[in-house]
Amino acid sequence: MSASLNRKPPLFPETEEPEPDMADEDSDEGEDIFVSNSKPESVSRGVSQPERVPEEPEDLFSEERCRSTKANGVHPDDDTDLFAEARTDFNSDKSSSSAQKELSDTPSTSSFSRTPAALHSTSLEQLEEEEAKSSFDVDVAVTNPEKVGDGMNAYMAYKVSTRSSLSMFKSKAFTVRRRFSDFLGLYEKLSVKQSLHGCIIPPPPEKSVVGMTKMKVGMDDPSSVEFLERRRAALERFLQRVVSHPLLLQDPDVREFLERDDLPRAVNTQTLSGAGFLKMITKASDAVSKMTIKMNESDTWFEDKFQEVEAEEQQLRKLHVVVDSLVNHRKELCVNTAIFAKSMAMLGNSEDSTALSRALSQLAEVEDKMEQLHQEQAASDFFIFAELLADYIRLLAAVRGCFDQRVRSWQRWQEAQSTLQKKREAEAKLLWANKPDKLQQAKEEITEVCLVHNIVTFLLFWSSCCGGRAVGCIISATKALSLLKQEQSQF
Amino acid sequence: MTSLDDNSKEKLRSVSVDLNNDASLVIDIPDALCERDMVKFTVHTKTTLSSFQKPDFSVPRQHEDFIWLHDTLVETEEYAGLIIPPAPPKPDFESPREKMHKLGEGEASMTKEEYAKMKQELEAEYLAVFKKTVQVHEVFLQRLSSHPVLSKDRNFQIFLEYDQDLSVRRKNAKEMFGGFFKNMVKSADEVLISGIKEVDDFFEQEKTFLLDYFSKIKDSTAKAEKMTRSHKNIADDYIHISATLNAICAEDSVGVEIRGLLEGRVASDQELKLTELLRYYMRDIQAAKDLLYRRARALANYENSNKALDKARLKSRDIPQAEEHQQQCLQKFDRLSESAKKELTSFKGRRVMAFKKNLVEMAELEIKHAKVSLTAHPIKHTV
Repeated sequence: MSASLNRKPPLFPETEEPEPDMADEDSDEGEDIFVSNSKPESVSRGVSQPERVPEEPEDLFSEERCRSTKANGVHPDDDTDLFAEARTDFNSDKSSSSAQKELSDTPSTSSFSRTPAALHSTSLEQLEEEEAKSSFDVDVAVTNPEKVGDGMNAYMAYKVSTRSSLSMFKSKAFTVRRRFSDFLGLYEKLSVKQSLHGCIIPPPPEKSVVGMTKMKVGMDDPSSVEFLERRRAALERFLQRVVSHPLLLQDPDVREFLERDDLPRAVNTQTLSGAGFLKMITKASDAVSKMTIKMNESDTWFEDKFQEVEAEEQQLRKLHVVVDSLVNHRKELCVNTAIFAKSMAMLGNSEDSTALSRALSQLAEVEDKMEQLHQEQAASDFFIFAELLADYIRLLAAVRGCFDQRVRSWQRWQEAQSTLQKKREAEAKLLWANKPDKLQQAKEEITEVCLVHNIVTFLLFWSSCCGGRAVGCIISATKALSLLKQEQSQF
Repeated sequence: MTSLDDNSKEKLRSVSVDLNNDASLVIDIPDALCERDMVKFTVHTKTTLSSFQKPDFSVPRQHEDFIWLHDTLVETEEYAGLIIPPAPPKPDFESPREKMHKLGEGEASMTKEEYAKMKQELEAEYLAVFKKTVQVHEVFLQRLSSHPVLSKDRNFQIFLEYDQDLSVRRKNAKEMFGGFFKNMVKSADEVLISGIKEVDDFFEQEKTFLLDYFSKIKDSTAKAEKMTRSHKNIADDYIHISATLNAICAEDSVGVEIRGLLEGRVASDQELKLTELLRYYMRDIQAAKDLLYRRARALANYENSNKALDKARLKSRDIPQAEEHQQQCLQKFDRLSESAKKELTSFKGRRVMAFKKNLVEMAELEIKHAKVSLTAHPIKHTV
């Protein structure tokens, strides 16, 4: 039931075997870094699977074990340490041997006593044993879209199945039906709550009026089937990312989403609602404030990372555009080849020399077959390459959102500071003017403002830390694109 | 002799032509210059015939000169019963020029390597168009030279020999007007040829076949052109992708690049062999149709003369003139029919040979490309 499977066209059936291991790897406990690291890693692994089938199982198990030797939960003291590892992990060229080497260094720093020998065993039973001990193990899948209702009120309901051994869930495996607005509602709630902590909330797929109306009207053409498939895959990726982030998993909203049979309809995700308009207005005001107030960046690390993220995003966008045009041209080629094949067949028919006539009709048949191949190619181009790119672009946008949060907290901090300043001045003035009752009021106000100021300062630095770590993961994930091009060369 | 010559000549439509056993007149275009809008061909002749002044000589010719030669041949009455080889089409550098323009405009948005690669591809395309046009002109001359009757044509010899500018012999204004008139006549012919009652079975068959085949081959040519264009677009896209991937990742996306070049090559090969073949034969069939038109016109003349004779007999006036006229028409018609029959049969044989050769070559090239692409990136998964 792993996600990456569903995303691939049936061309890679033999990757089935290592898949379950990857899913379990996702569900690993341990540092949020590694877990979020594992997400891009598994994605890229999924894509490059064909080349590494014999090596994969070994690697996965060893890595998984390494992580399980880490302490559960977030350890602020180990922050820099782990982060450095995460970086080096992906700077190496993804060869399993080097990855193994890197990780085999870390157990020495862990507080758990686990023999290094455990690192190298590859048996399935040992993995399961690990799993039983690990406490973060959630596996979600989104399948089976069904049309519910009729006419303009129709919608697609997706089946969300969860398999988990975590104690916080009521049962081991359960299924609920959710619709697209439910996913959006979850995203909204999470971003409101968690973004203050500097987490990067994975982005949901976009709304599409055209696609949804087509579906509502009941048109059953291949493009709407495609649209549905894209949406389903994107929703699955979204959920998996949410679930593999330990902080987000703890959130009661997420649990409710996965478990509760009947979710209250998330109305504020509708574009035409009051909440929708409010969102647009806040977005506009944010954009304006971003332009007017420039934060003086004290931490160069953030400055660098921000530049990097922006550059990556631009590159990915360019690539996405080109890949899109490739897909379109290939579809055009399909159509043209089909037409040509038919015309050739007719020519062959009207030819009076029998040998040539046969040759021409055979040419027509070959062209027909080529057309089918081209179609397959176009489909796989699209599902693997283009969608992946779009996904990463959205993810990078979420990372930028995180940066923006930080800037916003900084702005609030500045405001709080200036308010504090003003209040202090007022107090001083009052002291000077010697009005005792007003003085008392002023003192109270100052304590209030001080409190706010402290809270905001704390949040700012907290978000800086969390955001920083998470950003590091995302940056390294884009380096996984170097594998993508290998994949592309096989097309 | 005719069919043999024609067969072996049609065999090679590429640069070198093995021109039959008769080496009395060997023509080729070894060189061509491209200036601005014009292409200057160097026509080189080697001959053992005494009718020429020198055994070996070259002259510069322009495209318009070829057209002039073709038109004069068509207008010559004696050759009415022959299939005149179709005139070579005007050299068309429009498409690569347009692309070059677009490339220049988009230069700012591309990296240097990308730009260099696209430029290379464009130059290759330009070269391909150039080669094609030289080939087509060469084939035209060679077909003329191997035709027993046409090779002795006076105008043809002038074309080959006259070392000064031929433009004095071209009366441009008259040509243009004549061209317009010709088109009108042609469409009238179409009506004529479909309306006339055919006495000879052979011609009846040929007529239906040619008309039908022409429309189909025209259709196929258009579709083939569209297909090759899509292929070229894809090849361009591959180049863009490889360049962008290069920018993103440290390593070189060599795989994608090779793929792009291969696609480009497949597209251009396909074009050269298949599309060109179809295009050429479309024109050739048009020429065959022209022969049929001429014959139909002769037949119509004959029938008209018959009617005139009958009328004259009725009026008992000018009978001998009418009789003579009728005899002439009959003779002409018979002669036409005879030579037309010969020409059309040989034409059929030629066509089949040419198709066979080109299709085989195209298939071999595509196999070669496929093998290269397979070995360059071994597909590691077992599907």
